Amino acid sequence: MYRYDDYDRALVIERVAQYRDQLQRNLAGELSDDEFRPLRLQNGLYIQRHAPMLRIAIPYGMLASRQLRKLADIARRYDREYGHFTTRQNLQLNWPKLEDTADILAELATVEMHAIQTSGNCIRNITTDPFAGVAPDEIVDPRPYCEVLRQWSTFHPEFAFLPRKFKIAVSGTVEDRAVTYAHDVGLQLYRDDQGEVLVRVIVGGGMGRTPILGSVIHDALPWRHLPTYLDAVLRVYNRYGRRDNAYKARIKILVKAIGAEEFARQVNEEWQLERDGIATVTDEELALAAAAFQDPDAPARPARDAGFDEKLASDRAFARWVSRCVRAHKRPGYRSVTLSLKPHGLPPGDITSAQMEAVADLADRYSFGELRVTHEQNLVLADVPLADLYALWQEARKHNLATPNIGLLTDMICCPGGDFCSLANAKSIPIAQAIQAEFDDLDYLYDIGDLELNISGCMNSCGHHHVGHIGILGVDKAGSEWYQVSIGGAQGNTTSLGDVIGPSFAADEVPGVVKKLIETYVEARTPEERFLDTVRRLGVAPFKARVYGESSKKAEVTHG
Amino acid sequence: MADLIRGEALAQDVWTWVKLPDSGEPVRKSAGKVVLFKLTGEPAAADDVIDRCEVPATGKVLIPLSVWLRRHEALAARMAAGEIGVWLDSHEEPAELADSLGGDLNRLPLIGVNFPKFIDGRGFSVGFILRNRYGYRNEMRALGDVLRDQMFFFRRTGFDAYLLRADQKPERCIAALKDFSTPYQTSTDGNVPVFRRRIGQKVPA
Ligand code: SF4
Repeated sequence: MYRYDDYDRALVIERVAQYRDQLQRNLAGELSDDEFRPLRLQNGLYIQRHAPMLRIAIPYGMLASRQLRKLADIARRYDREYGHFTTRQNLQLNWPKLEDTADILAELATVEMHAIQTSGNCIRNITTDPFAGVAPDEIVDPRPYCEVLRQWSTFHPEFAFLPRKFKIAVSGTVEDRAVTYAHDVGLQLYRDDQGEVLVRVIVGGGMGRTPILGSVIHDALPWRHLPTYLDAVLRVYNRYGRRDNAYKARIKILVKAIGAEEFARQVNEEWQLERDGIATVTDEELALAAAAFQDPDAPARPARDAGFDEKLASDRAFARWVSRCVRAHKRPGYRSVTLSLKPHGLPPGDITSAQMEAVADLADRYSFGELRVTHEQNLVLADVPLADLYALWQEARKHNLATPNIGLLTDMICCPGGDFCSLANAKSIPIAQAIQAEFDDLDYLYDIGDLELNISGCMNSCGHHHVGHIGILGVDKAGSEWYQVSIGGAQGNTTSLGDVIGPSFAADEVPGVVKKLIETYVEARTPEERFLDTVRRLGVAPFKARVYGESSKKAEVTHG
Repeated sequence: MADLIRGEALAQDVWTWVKLPDSGEPVRKSAGKVVLFKLTGEPAAADDVIDRCEVPATGKVLIPLSVWLRRHEALAARMAAGEIGVWLDSHEEPAELADSLGGDLNRLPLIGVNFPKFIDGRGFSVGFILRNRYGYRNEMRALGDVLRDQMFFFRRTGFDAYLLRADQKPERCIAALKDFSTPYQTSTDGNVPVFRRRIGQKVPA
């Protein structure tokens, strides 16, 4: 994992000092709230419905156990003993005090953490595959490139005040697990015939109000040009992205307005200015970054373990957990384990201080002291010996971290919504809980199989509802909370945006609607079909008929 | 009065910053290259507004790009005497200025870049382009919402003079030029990226 040196350390410490001064000026009335706002946002601080919310950066989702312990400690001392993992692989604290925020940042700096650029109209935390470095289908380990780009983007002097936020995702696998087509910039790393790493650069994807998949503007960019090429992308966007309307300010609107081809042409022209310049990455520099992501010094292990096989055969609950929460690993005798932060009945992605400490201990004992955060809001122990899985499972269970629902309907992505977020149209957590309650029968869940259900409390789409197999979006109708349901969205290699099934629903109707969608699927599916496949084969119509048919009167009423 | 910082010190301002008169209804350009303004929704000044702009008859004047483009022939003598500087608004094209000068921006002793609101970060890219694409070497001045918390970014993208907003404390702004000791990436300042510095440490020359 990347460790700070004196340069990194100096920058975060200087950042804390800068922020402390800004905060003090604001509290003293020298810096107006309006002028403080963009500054605090770039330090991850929102002023939310109930209290400030602090979003802590977890660069490309990698965490060390000592960092997680620190987060537990901070949540305990400055908040209400819990935090919330987001779809940006960050951690949010929902109840810090404004006056404490500089101290919290100072504490974070002691474990090489910060909240830099986790919000605001700047380049945000870069995200990637949570299974980077261990996935069997990996072509290129994206983490060294992510680190190069983290440094490139941090306090970039030209791009701190963009028209709107800017999100970059990087993937290096056969199966795209970083949603690269739905980001402002998606970077897909691959190798050419000679083994040289190239980058497919995708721009202008995004969710939000105008969901759209990105366009490829460079199909084979040699990796060493990433910083200069991205400078060019950002410069064109910085100058020509709209600033008169926040809803039209993302890069996707610009790319759509002038066309991907024209955008690519302008970027290419701009790129010539810096191409092969000082920011071009050398082999040595990349090697330096890559050195931080060496495989852990893990002993070789046999591919099979008799004890594991025996437990798998004899313990049904364990087998279930393995089938959902354990993934193949590139090295024999190891597995990657996902710890579910979606126990039924609790807010998805939430984690208590005690759980954080428990996870840190598990990481130390079973996975070389490291863990990852997924954009599905779960945690991953990436390098667990096969022989330790049973012991790990038993302990994870004690801490309510072993719900065997990864990839199932109740492993929902859910934004904080109206309970916390001041932008929300509607609450999202109670909807998630109600759906979990409706589908609490594990056997039924397993029968339904792979299903991604994503919930956003408003069009900002933090809950990625557009790419959910089932997407639920909070909408505001005459001041009350309604929910629009879409089906057929997907992430990964066949990314697609869901179709809205019809008029929206009241909160208490939502679990019933999901139930009808599922019933339609269960009746119509072929043996090998997932929910998504059935939707793709049949289209929205039969689902719609089932949901609205039986209550057409109600549908008319909700039309208004 | 707004203070001027040049380099890292308070300086006497001998230039008069000339702005366009209040135009009333903005007119949107819509043809040719200017189509880009349609994208960003920027109003452009009408010719009569530009013509009404009063440029002091003597002394050094920092005039709007639009005024320069319409009157550069009339201003040629003063230009030759080094009395003309030109400022760009955040949405205006450095290319237009360069074209009007036969590509040689260094004929101007001063170029200003306006930051109408500090959250409008276009000027940082405008500054970068002036310095790097057009090789502009003379004074480049940040105008408008020039605040302490952006000083570090102004300097790094190539500005070397800063006309502070009236409420800013100059000594704090000067200090803010050094908010960070060694930034990660390069920009107009030619900062050696930290990755390269690290290699330098590991592999002594
Ligand atoms: S989707 Fe909307 S409600 Fe949910 S966290 Fe994002 S901004 Fe808030």
